[in-house]
Amino acid sequence: MSIIGVREYSNIGSIKGPLMVVQGISDAQYNELVEIELPNGERRTGLVIDAGMGSAIVQVFEGTSGISPSGVKARFLGRGLEVKVSEDMLGRIFDPLGTPLDGGPEIIYGERRNINGEPLNPAARQYPEEFIQTGISAIDGLNSLLRGQKLPIFSGSGLPVNQLAAQIARQATVRGEETNFAVVFGAIGVRYDEALFFRKFFEETGAINRVAFFLTFANEPPVKKILTPKTALTLAEYLAYEKDFHVLAILIDMTNYCEALREISASKEEIPGRQGYPGYMYTDLAQTYERAGIVKGKKGSITQMPILTMPNDDMTHPIPDLTGYITEGQIVLDRGLYNRGIYPPINVLMSLSRLAKDGIGEGKTRDDHKDVSNQLFASYARAIDLRGLAAIVGEDSLSEVDRKYLLFGELFERKFITQGVTENRPIEKTLDIGWEVLSELPESELTNIKLTYIKKYHPLYREKK
Amino acid sequence: MNEGKIVRVNGPLVVAEGMQNALMYEVVEVGEYRLIGEITRIEKDRAYIQVYEDTSGIKPGEMVYRTGSPLSIELGPGLLGRIFDGLERPLDGILELSKSPFIKRGVKVNSLDRHKKWYYKPIVKKGDTIEDNDILGTVQETELIEHKILVPPSVKGKIIDTVEEGNYTVDEPIATIDMNGDRKELYLMQKWPVRIPRPYSEKLEPTEPLLTGVRVTDTIFPMAKGGTAAIPGPFGSGKTVTLQSLSKWSEAKIVIYIGCGERGNEMTDTLTSFPKLKDPWTGKPLLERTILIANTSNMPVAAREASIYVGITMAEYFRDQGYDTLLVADSTSRWAEALRDLGGRMEEMPAEEGYPSYLASRLAEYYERAGRVRTLGKPPRYGSVTVASAVSPPGGDFTEPVTSTTLRFVRVFWPLDSSLAQARHYPAINWLQGYSAYVELVADWWSKNADPKWKEYREYMVKTLQREDELRQIVRLVGPESLAEKDKLVLDVARLIKEAFLKQNAYDDIDAFSTPQKQVRIMKLISLYGQKSQELVEKGISVKRMNEKITIVTDIIRSKATIKNDELEKYDELEKILLKQFEELSKEV
Repeated sequence: MSIIGVREYSNIGSIKGPLMVVQGISDAQYNELVEIELPNGERRTGLVIDAGMGSAIVQVFEGTSGISPSGVKARFLGRGLEVKVSEDMLGRIFDPLGTPLDGGPEIIYGERRNINGEPLNPAARQYPEEFIQTGISAIDGLNSLLRGQKLPIFSGSGLPVNQLAAQIARQATVRGEETNFAVVFGAIGVRYDEALFFRKFFEETGAINRVAFFLTFANEPPVKKILTPKTALTLAEYLAYEKDFHVLAILIDMTNYCEALREISASKEEIPGRQGYPGYMYTDLAQTYERAGIVKGKKGSITQMPILTMPNDDMTHPIPDLTGYITEGQIVLDRGLYNRGIYPPINVLMSLSRLAKDGIGEGKTRDDHKDVSNQLFASYARAIDLRGLAAIVGEDSLSEVDRKYLLFGELFERKFITQGVTENRPIEKTLDIGWEVLSELPESELTNIKLTYIKKYHPLYREKK
Repeated sequence: MNEGKIVRVNGPLVVAEGMQNALMYEVVEVGEYRLIGEITRIEKDRAYIQVYEDTSGIKPGEMVYRTGSPLSIELGPGLLGRIFDGLERPLDGILELSKSPFIKRGVKVNSLDRHKKWYYKPIVKKGDTIEDNDILGTVQETELIEHKILVPPSVKGKIIDTVEEGNYTVDEPIATIDMNGDRKELYLMQKWPVRIPRPYSEKLEPTEPLLTGVRVTDTIFPMAKGGTAAIPGPFGSGKTVTLQSLSKWSEAKIVIYIGCGERGNEMTDTLTSFPKLKDPWTGKPLLERTILIANTSNMPVAAREASIYVGITMAEYFRDQGYDTLLVADSTSRWAEALRDLGGRMEEMPAEEGYPSYLASRLAEYYERAGRVRTLGKPPRYGSVTVASAVSPPGGDFTEPVTSTTLRFVRVFWPLDSSLAQARHYPAINWLQGYSAYVELVADWWSKNADPKWKEYREYMVKTLQREDELRQIVRLVGPESLAEKDKLVLDVARLIKEAFLKQNAYDDIDAFSTPQKQVRIMKLISLYGQKSQELVEKGISVKRMNEKITIVTDIIRSKATIKNDELEKYDELEKILLKQFEELSKEV
């Protein structure tokens, strides 16, 4: 932003939805911050989204209800939307403009940063290669999370995604390392009870001191919801790249974010894309999700775990769809598994971690990890296929090998995927369970595993030793 | 040149007044930061400018500076092995200059290094007459690539001076010509406007396969040098991995990889892994033949629109030197979305799903820049541009405008299937939906260079897979056990085709790349197995019994990852055992 003073205007042309046209101004900057003062002294904040000669369109964060064209003062502040960020924000709760919500003091010393951030130079990035052990077999074994990755969780309404997110936040660790670890938590348009759940969880586990909370509730204006992940990630970037923290950024729930985006887009009368969501939603989401990673020469990192609710459990809905195109994989929760009492109800076949291949295997987790994971995927996919078939033609008309696959599928879900809310499995344990369930299949079916690993880890040969 | 004044800023769209005589697609510098933009509409003295960088803080009243020339890029030694943004600014240069891991606005960096000296060997002599695209001399740019220095298009004349063999920077004159009485200096580098295709002498039908080392894309749906392919697929189906395999293992001399609105970490992956990987055709580091263009999803939208043109212009430039080049774009859907975004801001009338009505013509222009050509200039030479682009259909729906329009302009279709991907069958190319118009064209090459029976084997596999699909419909109703034995055998052979041939692990050292010779060896074994087993089944042996006795099948499946490309004699052994086991079994008849 170029340096320019504060200018005040009071000629409001029109008001529509969250937008307000200010007349008479010819030097409004695009994305300039505007302070709006109502006749009763109330102050609101807005941003210039269209700057013209003689007028500017201002988007008001808190909404325009109660604003009348007369008596309103619009102060153009000559700077963009910035918040103060500081290490002191850990252990605290804020709204997306940086105002404390926990009754504590304002952040006084801090660095002012534009919350939109800047794109990270691909030449400055360091490729993620460090395995994060979450202690959850379905993730560690099959869809491993790496430090610096962005891996979302696709949930459905009513599924236990909050428990899972909390479990990951508590258990996630890079083994053999004591580090500066922090969680930045962006709660976007959440229900009161959700906010309470996470707050209580962090307090009980004693983790609250390394968590910074940014919060907007479900009933707040859409613009505030839009700002929440941006502010959260601005702090995450500061902590990671200036203060050497390894940050886990959890954003919940991105569906609320997208709905807010649609609401604002509609009020701007933009041409809608699919299902009324704006055509630029991909780019907008990318500008949030891409704020993760590791930078060469910096000690810290940002690992991002956005959480979203698939409307009607539909993965092809624009929100999960566009997210999946940007993030490096996805963890998908499944209502069918949940209904059968399986926790965590992770559908491993639909889940994916694009980076896993670079963080697992010899010297990172265990030499057989890649092969075991490939085999589990292939065999479980076959088991699911056969399960569908058996439902129609009956188990008896399947071959002997096929029936073994059915049994394998059952054991895989009961032993490998299922685990307790507090159960923290080391990766070796996860892989050993994998071998245990695979040993139900004839050895000739294990074509994805190298013979040397079969000799080394297959329970049949292990027992002999 | 006159300057304009900004009257409106709306995201990447800036409107300026006082722009008399502005040209369409002229490059301008906008505001105090001198952000780069391009004029996309003119109304009297008003110009609508698409700005390639973030416009926050720009305000009406600031100046717009004209440059008088369209968006052009620098072409010359120093492109290979580098990573550029969508406007051909080197990202490592930006990193150095801005001293920040983030990309700052308004940074001006030369595309080609002005200080680096290249060892130039002239071919032309004083007194020679030269014209468009003649080779002036050469620079050994990397161990792998000899960069031919070309006479820029539409330059003709007599050489009145040329330099000695030696070290020169890209902007030192290397020759002076007399062009209709004017002296004109030529350099190692030249400039070319990206939106205009570079000229050539004649376009030819592709004849040679572009080998990729990936079995399904070499044999089932082969690609040709100078061909066009689309790879649509929902997220997670392996578009990027397929494109990366192509750019790693394909036989092209030059590979240009455009990350158009995709993930930052993926570009970093390519950037860090390519120097370590060896080109299987030459054994040299892959990065020496690769140019990366990264305009990740979080970088400004307008530059994403330009990146496709920048990439294809580079590909044409190397084609003009006589090289087979491969352009890989991930993904054209993001490019189309950039068109939609900019069109919307210009308040254009939208067509299908909000995309501008000119989507089809833009896609056509892009794909039509591919092809095998006889180039202009002396000595005579042939080159090709092969284009393979990912398409990212929303929700995996192939009927959406970008996918369906793209299919009209490409001749190879590699559709990715999410159910295959979920079963970790990679590459997840659907063998029933895909197609290639080049099968007949490349069959000749295969029969001469790999195996005369290639086409026969291929047809056997394709037919078996089609028959399997029909049978699966029946199995879904009655179960596999009620099938006739000969139909059970089809399922059995189809499984072998999938496991031993189609599935290929891009991350396995041995399996990632298969030579044509290795491919035909596996095909031969499959066909042999099919033929022998059919004979026995017809004689009354059950498929179940056969599975019990022919145990070598497991080794055949494993062979893709156990037998290296240079030890194909091991296949003789497998073949011998296979025949022996069949012989044993035939005694049971």
